Amino acid sequence: MVSRIVVGAHYGWRDWLAQRVTAVIMAAYTVILAAVLLLGAPINYGVWRDLFAQGWMRVATLLFAVSVAWHMWIGVRDILMDYVKPVALRLALQVFVILTVAGYLGWTVQILWR
Amino acid sequence: MMSLAAANKKRPKYLNLTALLFEIRLPLAGWVSILHRISGALMFVATLWLLFMLDRSLASAREFEFVRHYLGLVPVKLALLVLIWAYCHHFCAGIRFLLLETQRGWDKPTARLTSIIVLVAGLALTALFGAKLW
Repeated sequence: MVSRIVVGAHYGWRDWLAQRVTAVIMAAYTVILAAVLLLGAPINYGVWRDLFAQGWMRVATLLFAVSVAWHMWIGVRDILMDYVKPVALRLALQVFVILTVAGYLGWTVQILWR
Repeated sequence: MMSLAAANKKRPKYLNLTALLFEIRLPLAGWVSILHRISGALMFVATLWLLFMLDRSLASAREFEFVRHYLGLVPVKLALLVLIWAYCHHFCAGIRFLLLETQRGWDKPTARLTSIIVLVAGLALTALFGAKLW
């Protein structure tokens, strides 16, 4: 506990747990979406647009996207912690990853509620 | 004193590219694990592309047809197939890790079996969704 560094994990189990919880949320969404796509009508523009026009689908997809973003941040941070040792470079990459993930999330909201 | 001196001695490290690529053989669980990491990193990068296609496909009927045509191109199909594999493998390996973390499947034969199941299921699901898409 003496060598805490600013670009390390936050030394708790919250991130670890968050990654598992978001994984379960994403898995549930994946199974539901796969069922809708495989069992529903063949996909054309009308079917596709109507699917994403429904309120439950928009909210479910938003929850999925938030889970992806959170899960992705923890996962990529873990990779950076394993392979990128210089603090300055790791910090720069971590900021880049946070901005990218936030950008993905913002774009998703824009796509869902255009 | 002896043990401390031994601990401080600089040992030779046998870790170079040739060793990593050809000589150190990962156990199956190691393959599941490193592929979980690789597939995750791949999806982080590819989300940009996937969001682009989702965005265009929901923009208008014309754009939807553009995406459909685009997805028909062979390199695009192959790239998407790789991403489908990444998703399926990451999904299956993740379930295995959740089971391991809740203390299930720790003995060697079971761990080996679940590794094989994950590797095969990832490829089988890829084949299923790949066939469904084309």
